[in-house]
Amino acid sequence: MTPTRDQALAMLRAMTRIRRLEERCAEDYAAGKIRGFLHLYIGEEAIAAGVIPALHAKDAIIGTYREHGHALLRGVSADSIMAEMYGKSGGCARGRGGSMHLFSREHRFYGGHAIVGGGLPVAVGVALADKLRGTGAIACVFFGDGAAAEGEFHEALNLAALWKLPVLFVCENNRYAMGTALEREHAEPEIHKLAASHRIGAEAIDGMDVLAVTEAATQAIERVRETSAPWFLECATYRFRAHSMFDPELYRDKAEVETWKKRDPIAAFTKRAADVIGEADVAAIEAEVTAEIAKACAFAEASPPEPVEDLLLDVRAP
Amino acid sequence: MKLTYRDAMREALREALRTDPNVILIGEDIGKYGGTYAVTKGLLDEFGPERVRDAPLSESAFVGAGVGAAIAGMRPIVEVMTVNFSLLALDQIVNGAAALRHMSGGQIEVPLVIRMATGAGRQVAAQHSHSLENWYAHVPGLRVLAPATVADARGMLAVALRERDPVVIFEHVQLYGDEDELAPAPAAVDLDHAAIRRPGKDATIITYGGSLPRALAAATQLAQAGIDTEVIDLRTLRPLDGDTLVASLTRTHRAVIVDEGWRTGSLAGEVAALLGERAFWELDAPIGRVCSAEVPMPYAKHLELAALPSAERIVAAVKVVLACPEDRRDETPK
Repeated sequence: MTPTRDQALAMLRAMTRIRRLEERCAEDYAAGKIRGFLHLYIGEEAIAAGVIPALHAKDAIIGTYREHGHALLRGVSADSIMAEMYGKSGGCARGRGGSMHLFSREHRFYGGHAIVGGGLPVAVGVALADKLRGTGAIACVFFGDGAAAEGEFHEALNLAALWKLPVLFVCENNRYAMGTALEREHAEPEIHKLAASHRIGAEAIDGMDVLAVTEAATQAIERVRETSAPWFLECATYRFRAHSMFDPELYRDKAEVETWKKRDPIAAFTKRAADVIGEADVAAIEAEVTAEIAKACAFAEASPPEPVEDLLLDVRAP
Repeated sequence: MKLTYRDAMREALREALRTDPNVILIGEDIGKYGGTYAVTKGLLDEFGPERVRDAPLSESAFVGAGVGAAIAGMRPIVEVMTVNFSLLALDQIVNGAAALRHMSGGQIEVPLVIRMATGAGRQVAAQHSHSLENWYAHVPGLRVLAPATVADARGMLAVALRERDPVVIFEHVQLYGDEDELAPAPAAVDLDHAAIRRPGKDATIITYGGSLPRALAAATQLAQAGIDTEVIDLRTLRPLDGDTLVASLTRTHRAVIVDEGWRTGSLAGEVAALLGERAFWELDAPIGRVCSAEVPMPYAKHLELAALPSAERIVAAVKVVLACPEDRRDETPK
């Protein structure tokens, strides 16, 4: 697809927002403001930026523990995301979830699931509810290549296909299940073929190319909505940073990382869209995003901690 | 009207399906087969395949689908054939359903009911017989119910469906055939309080689920020997109603806990600790426990019976707690 100027600006803005937010997260982690596990999406931004804007507001999203970007593009404010990372009361889960468990009911952003594969059955159930209620909404679930080795992956795919449920499965195949390479993890490393064996329409696309993702996702979403049947996108991608902040990256070659970095989705797109967006546009977006993140960090910093008296709140409904 | 425990559960499900269009049933063989224990028999014909959904043998996926459907506005009631199989869905129940409200800062509700059969006594050996209620009673975010009477089987579900959180209901396989005469209009069950099934003054027998009939049988035998025991049915295994237990101990000063789970790490252990914390000065004897033998449940009838709490073992345990002061006096150096 050839994007219009507005489309190109939106795509670049989306990817830049994720990239800069997460770069700031890494800094704040080093500074001790963010603790626990922090899994960065840097390098994989084209997938969320291609899929999420193509969804309708009524659709539901179920994410993984590498979901900051998905939440942000869905409309969850950078303020509440950063405050959540800081463990503050202004966070989107009021400091109960942290980096791995971002939620926003208002945006139908249902997590933030840190058990690999655990979000897939939930997505199937959300789609079941929407189908039975006749809302016309679909459920879009993101997961990695590692999830495809879980039993829940196959169980959920089978159930979605069997019950003809409107689920868009988006596999973000970054080639490593934590530190285990794809070919050391899967007898069938072409994950979309596993989906096809459950009779789910499946395709493999370039997850480093936001245009390719946008095009495939737009068609897939339309198809899922029209047919009320699942579809599967396997997006080839790569994470440029470590798995989490505790990962010395002993399992992959620096040369491999460098090769993939040459395909940086933001740089590649900026170059490719040069006929509709220029340096001034890039600078404007950077300035806008810098301001958004500075504001978010200030909000998070100023947000009070949750009172300890509320420790047991929301364990069960009152 | 006369109902079995099985009929009572079915009536409760039927009522739920009739009164709330958002209620759906999901489970293995609950539709065409009619339910492994025939609880859901006839419901597929009455309510159709959209609402009574036979699921593939994918405990994790269909329990997880229940979680997702609950999040998105339905009122699913999921049946897992037995607690043993529910271990395949532990991730969705413990990491998902139970945690989501808190983990999302109060935003995400999971109004899901999960029913499962539990318990031994049918010679189905070590992968279909265990009582793992305590695994679930350990988990914050869940309410755990164990209807032990036909009336509770009929009345508990409606109350559970008023909760906005996940509820796990344990149905002991030995109870399904129990019969009782119930009023046509089901009585609302008080889920917040344990029930005193038999008042008594000499000792308290605390139990739940499938062990209640054994405890009552033991109480009858003890009455013939002139020993008047109080029998308490916990009903709700999480959160425990400590007040009713402490009040009973304040009257009887002696307790035996009967729990079909294994003794180590059991609910019986939790109840004993609670009484130790809250009623220590009321106790005239160490607390007794009658639990299942620490062995995977054997198949052979006589071995299975030997492994399970029985009225005879309960009677013996009550006699031990009643004898305790005399025993101690005997040990006192003259």
